[in-house]
Amino acid sequence: MEEKKIRVLVAKPGLDGHDRGAKIIARALRDAGMEVIYTGLRQTPEMVIQAALQEDVDVIGLSILSGAHMSLVPRILELKKRAKLDDVQVFLGGIIPEADAKVLLEEGVKAVYGPGTSTTQVVEDIRGLFGKA
Amino acid sequence: MTDLTQAVLNGDRRALARLITLVENDTGEGQQALDGLFRDTGKTHVIGVTGASGAGKSSLVNCLVEEILKREPDKSVAVIAVDPTSPFSGGAVLGDRIRMRAIADNPHVFIRSMASRGALGGLAQNTQAVSLVLDAAGYDPIIIETVGAGQSEVEIASLAHSVIVVEAPGLGDDVQAAKAGIMEIADILVLNKADKAEVDAAEMALRSMLAMGFPSKEEGMWVPPILRTVATNGEGIAEVAAAVHEHSAYLHQSGNWQKRDQIRLQVLLRGLLEKKHHQEWEEFIHRDEFQQVFDQVIERELAPHAAAERLYTDSFLKNSH
Ligand SMILES: Nc1nc2c(ncn2[C@@H]2O[C@H](COP(=O)(O)OP(=O)(O)OP(=O)(O)O)[C@@H](O)[C@H]2O)c(=O)[nH]1
Ligand SMILES: [Mg+2]
Repeated sequence: MEEKKIRVLVAKPGLDGHDRGAKIIARALRDAGMEVIYTGLRQTPEMVIQAALQEDVDVIGLSILSGAHMSLVPRILELKKRAKLDDVQVFLGGIIPEADAKVLLEEGVKAVYGPGTSTTQVVEDIRGLFGKA
Repeated sequence: MTDLTQAVLNGDRRALARLITLVENDTGEGQQALDGLFRDTGKTHVIGVTGASGAGKSSLVNCLVEEILKREPDKSVAVIAVDPTSPFSGGAVLGDRIRMRAIADNPHVFIRSMASRGALGGLAQNTQAVSLVLDAAGYDPIIIETVGAGQSEVEIASLAHSVIVVEAPGLGDDVQAAKAGIMEIADILVLNKADKAEVDAAEMALRSMLAMGFPSKEEGMWVPPILRTVATNGEGIAEVAAAVHEHSAYLHQSGNWQKRDQIRLQVLLRGLLEKKHHQEWEEFIHRDEFQQVFDQVIERELAPHAAAERLYTDSFLKNSH
């Protein structure tokens, strides 16, 4: 009997061209036994949600360094709701000012990670969602 | 028919994604749903895309799907993209979607990434089962991209009606397939990265390989065409789509369609039997009995064949009655 794998979409919405952080997270999650769907740079909110739906992921991890998080993330949350992906959790990483983070957490983002967050922390938080600490 | 399978037949993509997960994980619910949908399968053209890592398989799938939808806008096309599972962690990074931007949010396209989960042969154990779900859901064609193939990843041939082998210059010192023997499974040979200087030499090598495989041409025999493409800008893709179409017509007209369908189903059925068998012996040969016999093997008191025979008759047959 196969154990269910945790599936995570790692996406980089917006226009910035730096995917190092996203790749590091993707590898860390893989090394923790998860299946990571990595979609690469410059994803539109529509692409993010379509991928999350088709891939039936448990978690969406967004990496945004462009500063456009306050327009991109609410749009993604809105599309997620419309696609009825209510049980899919959204994690956000990037350079996010504290005030913005607060707003986004209230709007439904599960966690916000700044630069310097250890990958172990992210792995633990995701596992925590599924009761596998 | 359950609500979930009904929703899948009604075109609910969320339900489809869910059911694929259940089938991929081989849950009881997934198995039941698959059997329930089975009558609705068998019409779809399954196309395999294989070739060395980095040859441009995903990029080609991206353009090919676009081209198919340009020719037939009413179609719904599915892609299953398989990438390897890490043997160390059991996790995977599935990256084929990176090259499928043009079709990523097209409502006529459904893309699903699958991790190989330890299966050899370039596919996952339940890839065929997942393709049956997509088949029942009305996707036609279904394109399956294998893990970047090395030598022996030829399982796709027993699962697809048409196999596209993607080659590219500059992946090694030579055309990869020449060493690999995956040429034998090709119905269509795509020489991608035709924008590269070494493409002429690569085509020569491919042609001589092909000539060895087909020393003489019989009437009505399918000989794989060699088609040049640049998958990053769509050059040559119309010809690939045309060849796919022609191959499908050839299969129907020669009776090979049924033959391939039978091979697919036989592989499926045998796979399920083997799995059942495996589960049974794990169930009926108790751990302590296994250990006892195994200890004697370690001590070299009992030879492997004799040990297997003893476990089979003294444990398996006895316990399973
Ligand atoms: N110059 C050139 N580059 C190409 C062409 N097609 C693909 N590429 C590039 O080749 C690289 C690999 O392409 P993919 O489509 O990811 O190859 P793949 O066979 O799917 O790779 P795996 O899934 O990892 O086995 C990418 O950087 C592509 O942009 C082409 O026709 N010409
Ligand atoms: Mg690929």
